[in-house]
Amino acid sequence: MDKIVELNGVNKVYGTNRVVKDLNLFVEEGEFLTLLGSSGCGKTTTLRMIAGFEEPTTGTIKVQGENVEAKEPFERNVNTVFQSYALFPHMTIYENIAYGLKVKKVSKAEIKKSVLEMLDLVQLNGFEHRYPSQLSGGQKQRVAIARALINHPKVLLLDEPLGALDLKLRKQMQLELKRLQKKLNITFIYVTHDQEEALTMSDRIAVMHDGVIDQLASPTEIYEHPKTKFVATFIGETNIYDGCITSIKGEIANITLENGEVSVKCPEDFSILEYASVSVRPEKMKFSTKKVDGFGLVAQVKDYVYVGSVLKCIVALPNGNELKIERLAGQELPKVGSKCYPYWNPEDAVLIHNESHYIFEALNNIKLA
Amino acid sequence: MKKKKHSGIFKIIFCLFVYIFLFLPIAVIVVNSFNATNSKPYMSWKGFTLDWYLKLWSNSSLLEAFGNTMIIAIISTLCATAIGTLAAVGMYKYKFKGKGLIDGLLYIPVVIPEIVLGISLLTLFSKVNIPRGMITLILAHVTFCVPFVIFNVRARLSGYDNSIEEASLDLGANRIMTFFKVTMPVLAPGIFGGALLAFTLSIDDVIISYFVYGQTKTYPLKVMESVKSGVAPDVNALSTLILIGTIIFVILTQGDLIKRKSK
Amino acid sequence: MSKSRLNFKANTLPAIVMVGPVVVIMVLLIAVPLIYVGIMSSCSIDEFYNVTYNFTLENYIRLANQDYLKIYSQSICIAFITTLICILIGYPFSYFIARTKSKKKKILYMLVIIPFWTNSLIRIYGWRTFLGTNGWLNIILQLLNITDEPIDFLYKTGATVLGMVYCLIPFMILPLYTSIEKLDVTLLEASSDLGAGSMKTFVNVILPLTSGGIFSGSLMVFIPCLGYFFVSDILGGGNSDVIGNLIERQFQGGNNWPLGAALSIVLIVVTLALVKVYQKLGGDMDALGV
Repeated sequence: MDKIVELNGVNKVYGTNRVVKDLNLFVEEGEFLTLLGSSGCGKTTTLRMIAGFEEPTTGTIKVQGENVEAKEPFERNVNTVFQSYALFPHMTIYENIAYGLKVKKVSKAEIKKSVLEMLDLVQLNGFEHRYPSQLSGGQKQRVAIARALINHPKVLLLDEPLGALDLKLRKQMQLELKRLQKKLNITFIYVTHDQEEALTMSDRIAVMHDGVIDQLASPTEIYEHPKTKFVATFIGETNIYDGCITSIKGEIANITLENGEVSVKCPEDFSILEYASVSVRPEKMKFSTKKVDGFGLVAQVKDYVYVGSVLKCIVALPNGNELKIERLAGQELPKVGSKCYPYWNPEDAVLIHNESHYIFEALNNIKLA
Repeated sequence: MKKKKHSGIFKIIFCLFVYIFLFLPIAVIVVNSFNATNSKPYMSWKGFTLDWYLKLWSNSSLLEAFGNTMIIAIISTLCATAIGTLAAVGMYKYKFKGKGLIDGLLYIPVVIPEIVLGISLLTLFSKVNIPRGMITLILAHVTFCVPFVIFNVRARLSGYDNSIEEASLDLGANRIMTFFKVTMPVLAPGIFGGALLAFTLSIDDVIISYFVYGQTKTYPLKVMESVKSGVAPDVNALSTLILIGTIIFVILTQGDLIKRKSK
Repeated sequence: MSKSRLNFKANTLPAIVMVGPVVVIMVLLIAVPLIYVGIMSSCSIDEFYNVTYNFTLENYIRLANQDYLKIYSQSICIAFITTLICILIGYPFSYFIARTKSKKKKILYMLVIIPFWTNSLIRIYGWRTFLGTNGWLNIILQLLNITDEPIDFLYKTGATVLGMVYCLIPFMILPLYTSIEKLDVTLLEASSDLGAGSMKTFVNVILPLTSGGIFSGSLMVFIPCLGYFFVSDILGGGNSDVIGNLIERQFQGGNNWPLGAALSIVLIVVTLALVKVYQKLGGDMDALGV
């Protein structure tokens, strides 16, 4: 597959504020790539630089192998779906969708054919003579997508397009967008802060944090093997501990945490005496009434919360930290207030290199232990 | 219940008196345009006649003044609307040095007494030897109309979604096309309101014109000249015709606006 | 290179095209003339009424003359009374038409504006015709046997105030109408729900919320009042001059431009002081122009 969009060493600085830092990103043709991060992480700025609304302070952006630095937004073969939809309030739905072709001076008959096709594609036949103010949020969203697609862009940029919709509609539109992307085989670059949305729709996710991409990988990889503490906590729920690798036996490392020792499967790039974090998803956590080999955690069962298919269990460690454990409903479990020993399969936990500023925290933990 | 009824009647009577106050001199003008009097100061009633409406067409200096007023009003409204619209959008979108100063200067024609603006333009035009006439009148009118257009467009700009312009650029329209196809139509009510205000101010202006007119008399100046000796009924006749014209214009445009809104 | 060219095309060029003309007008036709008036106010004239450029404060000293001082106070007095009357008439009137449930609200509003599409001079002259010794008012009064002799209403300060109120009352009504219409009805309901009577609701809720309209209306009435020389010319007949008359005479008849310039500077200073007060009171400058 070809790289359709390439960002090389892109920086964006507003005054003294560096919003995007040395960003390198390659988007492959036909993929659904999501830029995921909380607000202010630089994801929208990145998208706007690709669209041409913002200029990178340094670095280059290539679309289809061509440097687009000197190109105006209207000269780039990418189109955008805006968060606010940005429909032209003074034009009908038909005129809105036709706009891209009209400014290119395409013949009226052709415009009509394309617009009707687009209306068909987004299932809005019969709405052509309405005005944007007469549509619901979901319908406006479809118009915005149809309008952006009529130019047959190589890349479609979507800036939190579902942000303003209610939950149910959002779920429905997620599937529809994915279907559309597969059908048209267009590259989608999708910006969102909703991790669930990113996991559902994307081929690859770039998790952004503070102007930097922390991890760029498939949803499964991101969920199961987070590279940084931020990624681990941002995507899904997790239990995370800082500690120090005290021994490595074969594939299994022993980590000493503040509350005791645990075992984790150790990738090759970790070494003994390194400070590291351990992340375990709640559904991978287990607890036993007896002590398990390789695990020194002791906790007290605090509460059970019933959430449909699973039971959420909250247990507290001696230092007051709480752990979340998910169990299938209907299993026999220790009583609230009783003592338990949390553990997990060493393969189910993820070891994460600790970023420098956490070291002191980790060191403290060791001392206390 | 009874009390409410009384206050309702009081409201109606009060408003009626205000409207009578507002329209009284206009009634005088209209009635006097049919006054058959021939002697200055044309105040006492001498019977009904339509003569003044006929004589009006032979009063070439009055018609010329009216023509001048219309030419000046149309040209300066067009200029002020174009300049003001561009400026309002430009100042909304771009930051530049001295923006605060320009912003402050915009309020001057709105707040300072017109006479100060009039004499300041008079001193400038005489200093740089611009002959006073049509050109100086238009320059003066554009100057005091521009801020009103800007404020009207600006009122419309608050709540304006910048991303629709980006959407237009994104879809392949260049900046000029975007301005005419997206920015202008969306701001149209503000632009139209500003233009209407500019036109009204221009046709009615006496004070500023009074200092910069040279040989080109406008209709208000013509009236001012005749005030000393008594306004002739043909001036009243012309005013009546103008009034009828504006009322027809209001009904046409406003009626249209109301309809469009309800749609 | 190409990057700065893009920036120029995307930002600098449109900014120049859009804002350039207004900058030229505001600087050349507002700022420069006003500065020039300032310079002229400290010049003197020779025996042929030509302006000679030498710095002097003589004009300002002449402004402190007894006769002038009388006219300033008279002018400010007229402006003050006019503003007060405009509030007293304009407020209830705007309140009634802004809060009416009638479908003809828009028409009622337009009826305030329509008279002002007839030339203001000629309307003021209409008042003169109405108030004159053989005008309508005297005819009515004589028919009703209220008076035998025609009363001369003209050429008195009262007539000038009437003309000023007439000319300027829409500048009071329109901002008041806007601010009253914006009032949230639920606030009034909340106030009466909390036990406030209609008078208390008015003083504690309605008045503070519409004070912006009163302030901007007052500013837009008071300031022009100082300069509307034609009103006092036509109705006051020289007995109730305002500052505008003094300036007009220096520029049109008296030909002492430096003295007129000094008078204008005084007027500018008064205006700026009032605007400052307006801003201190929390007034919105943009509310003045719409």
